[in-house]
Amino acid sequence: MKHIANLAIEKALAHRATYADARVMDIRHRDISTKNGQVGRASEGESLGIGIRVIADGAWGFAATDRLAPQGIEACVADAIAIAKASALAKRHDVVLAPEQSFVDTWQNPFVKDPFRIPIETQIAVLLAADAEMRKVKGVTLAEGSMSFRKIDQLFVSSIGSSIHQVKMQSGAGIVATSFAGEEIQKRSYPNSFGGQHMLRGYELIEELDLVRHAPRIAEQCVALHSAEKCPEGKRTIILDSSQLGLQIHESIGHPIELDRVLGMEANFAGMSFLTLEKLNSLRYGSEIVNVVADARLDHGPGLGTFGYDDEGVPAQRTPIISNGLFTGYLTNRETAAAIGQSRSNGTMRTEGWNRLPIIRMTNISILPGDRRFEDLIADTDDGIYMETNRSWSIDDRRYHFQFSTEIGWEIKNGKRVRMIKTPSYSGITTEFWNSCDAICSREYWTLWGTPNCGKGQPMQTMGTGHGASPARFRNVKVGIASSD
Amino acid sequence: MATKTKKKAAPRVRVSNGHKGLAAHDHRLGASELRRIAEKIFKLSEADEMEVDVSAVTSALTRFANNTIHQNVAEQGITISVRAVVDGRTARASTNKTDEDSLRRVTAAALELAQVQPRNPDLLPMLGPQKLQKVARFNAKTATATPADRARAVTRVCKMADAKKQTTAGIFSTGLSEFALANSRGLFEYYEDTRAEFSVTMLEKDSSGWAKATSAKIDEIDADALAERASQKASDSREPKEIPAGHYVTILEPPAVLDLVGFLFYDFAGTCVLDQRSCFTGRMGKKLFGENISIWDDVYHPLQLGPPFDGEGLPRQRVRLVDRGIPVNLVYSRATAKKMKTKPTGHGFSLPSEDGEAPFNLVFSGGETSTDEMIRSTERGLLITRLWYIREVDPYKKVLTGMTRDGTFLVENGRVTGAVRNFRFNQSILEMLANVEMMGPAVRASGEESFDMVVPAMKVRDFHFTEVTKF
Repeated sequence: MKHIANLAIEKALAHRATYADARVMDIRHRDISTKNGQVGRASEGESLGIGIRVIADGAWGFAATDRLAPQGIEACVADAIAIAKASALAKRHDVVLAPEQSFVDTWQNPFVKDPFRIPIETQIAVLLAADAEMRKVKGVTLAEGSMSFRKIDQLFVSSIGSSIHQVKMQSGAGIVATSFAGEEIQKRSYPNSFGGQHMLRGYELIEELDLVRHAPRIAEQCVALHSAEKCPEGKRTIILDSSQLGLQIHESIGHPIELDRVLGMEANFAGMSFLTLEKLNSLRYGSEIVNVVADARLDHGPGLGTFGYDDEGVPAQRTPIISNGLFTGYLTNRETAAAIGQSRSNGTMRTEGWNRLPIIRMTNISILPGDRRFEDLIADTDDGIYMETNRSWSIDDRRYHFQFSTEIGWEIKNGKRVRMIKTPSYSGITTEFWNSCDAICSREYWTLWGTPNCGKGQPMQTMGTGHGASPARFRNVKVGIASSD
Repeated sequence: MATKTKKKAAPRVRVSNGHKGLAAHDHRLGASELRRIAEKIFKLSEADEMEVDVSAVTSALTRFANNTIHQNVAEQGITISVRAVVDGRTARASTNKTDEDSLRRVTAAALELAQVQPRNPDLLPMLGPQKLQKVARFNAKTATATPADRARAVTRVCKMADAKKQTTAGIFSTGLSEFALANSRGLFEYYEDTRAEFSVTMLEKDSSGWAKATSAKIDEIDADALAERASQKASDSREPKEIPAGHYVTILEPPAVLDLVGFLFYDFAGTCVLDQRSCFTGRMGKKLFGENISIWDDVYHPLQLGPPFDGEGLPRQRVRLVDRGIPVNLVYSRATAKKMKTKPTGHGFSLPSEDGEAPFNLVFSGGETSTDEMIRSTERGLLITRLWYIREVDPYKKVLTGMTRDGTFLVENGRVTGAVRNFRFNQSILEMLANVEMMGPAVRASGEESFDMVVPAMKVRDFHFTEVTKF
């Protein structure tokens, strides 16, 4: 890897680039899925290539190739330089980067069991066993399971002298039971919807999830949802489970704090953000108990947003985003940090693969635990709805107005869960919602969830992000609008 | 990694003098090179049957914002995907490395993965050679577009924004892709196409407008006209006022229609009905939509792109999905067709796949009413440019939620009277297609939530907007 990356930098500088970096990435994946007792998909793949980013004539150029012989690298560098010169045709000013040190380092996330060394038949057997358990429950019309594993071996080299080798091992799995009856399709997922739980860990994560043990419970709940009550309409107290709160953080905090979005760079596709620059250190984002960080360090946990260095060679950091309710930080890179006068990037440049330009992405955006026990939170709620596991999500292009629904809910009356509610939904305005938070559960209930499918950028890039959360309570929230006539 | 040897030695990238960008050249590997890679793999194989997909992509995208180019990228890559069948079992492995050792390794990996699978009772023998209807979707000018070509168009748009005191953002992309499917029973199919895409947003202090187009032919992309349209929308949507949510007569421009009806496409898959998660489960042959709604899947339509064969190499058929409001046909892969005791339609995914098949070339019949006529005929309603972040709330009623974006207007007494703040909607698409009062001619539409389709503008009664946002 090293000689390829070094050659790219050498050639870029020879073409009078004023800055250059190169990422050689070797990505291996395994994907397995099952459906109603059969293997749906069983595949493995690998992809090796290089992405080269340069500044020439004061503007950016990027080119990527999988032709890794010297002439392929030289041609790719020439592409990147030519693209930068074309970019310069429409430039307003030269690109300025916030200063950064050079690093020579290696980093790897710890894991116990290499998922690629576990026989695939063992992994299929787990999914088929969970599948069989779900289909034992009368009324389940579809049982599905999936596992995915990804190993990213990457070398970053830059013209300021950095050479950073990182290896990331990622594992994930989940199961879903679906039931069609009458005029209704219900589903329940474990441990989370849309692919389950994913972390920067080895196969030990899959073993800990114990899919087979949880399969009967979600299958039974799935069928029971048909006879559950419809979500009422009106204003209610709601309690969100930690996975749904993780997605709420992702959509209504994680995306609006991306500084490229704030500065208009995503305006055509992903949109902009209500968090305009004057709101930094002045906007009351949430209530006093809301504390949110962007933390890519391993100390925060092995999340999908954990790494040693970001994809422009900036070390992983912890940035306070909301501090006792006050909005205190954006996600930045070297260019946008400089643009708003900050002295250093907080390290959030990430790329999907060797063929994509790094862009600002969420790392682990997590709400810090509070001090409540979950049981006490329920007992302390007179009239509310507890909502669990996301079913749908949508938010406007400035991240003000959102609507979420979950797979299942329970009505809470006088401190007790009294009945199941089908497809509960809630909606609101981001800052009003976070300011209505009056209780957050403690570390004991906190989980670092992985969202493996966050889309952003043009060309679109899919990225894994992490979101630590524990169940939390929100007052006076509009519910039931999704199913209103 | 070793480099590929190319029979057709296309000249590699050269940097021209000045700022003219890359010298124009064609990056295609060609059918014979993709066939050579496939045949190499067949020689390495010990499986009962082998299938090889080879895809090669060259693409570039110039991205602009704040009236300047801020990202500008290009990529080139190849993927070789090998499927092995052994004793009724199948699995797939892929690589982008084309040296002998890597090809040997990926072939062995596919075989090893297949050997440890449970036997697949739905697996059918691979197809032999097929007769395909030709499609021509490669445009040399698109394939040889340079960064400077894109930059020149973007620069004009940025200057237009400057002149109008607006801020612009968007993309201009060009690219080509090649795909070959070969199997050990002698099937070899090759497809190549090009794609040009221009998407532009124009922003003012409290308003925005948007326009987008895609085509195989770069000459059909009129960046200036699209920018003018987005600019006009931005100026027309200044000072939006808030009006209450509710049921409105709604005129949806083609991109808005596309992003809604795009959510229906997988419901037309035989597998989706078999799995009882399609909104057409138990509803085939019943009147669901208005008499004016007919839908085809037609890869041969002149406004469509895509290969004329499916993931197993079966020729794609033109399928009437909805006939005058009645869902009449689904699409089927070979295995799904066998299970559902019908004939395959050439819409299967590459195997192995639990999802079966899907129609990717939807074409709506459309109508003859212009958007202006729709506006003139409306006493009170809304005109929608574009929708955003659409998600399914109820899969059987097919209720979708999402937001309006980049130009939402109030229509009163036959004319647009001003802009309104953006709405959230919660709307059943089944009900929407039963409530279509007028339609424009079907056009190739591009949005962000769905792949491109051929759909008309629609005037719909009782579209359900549930809440209003802050801008």
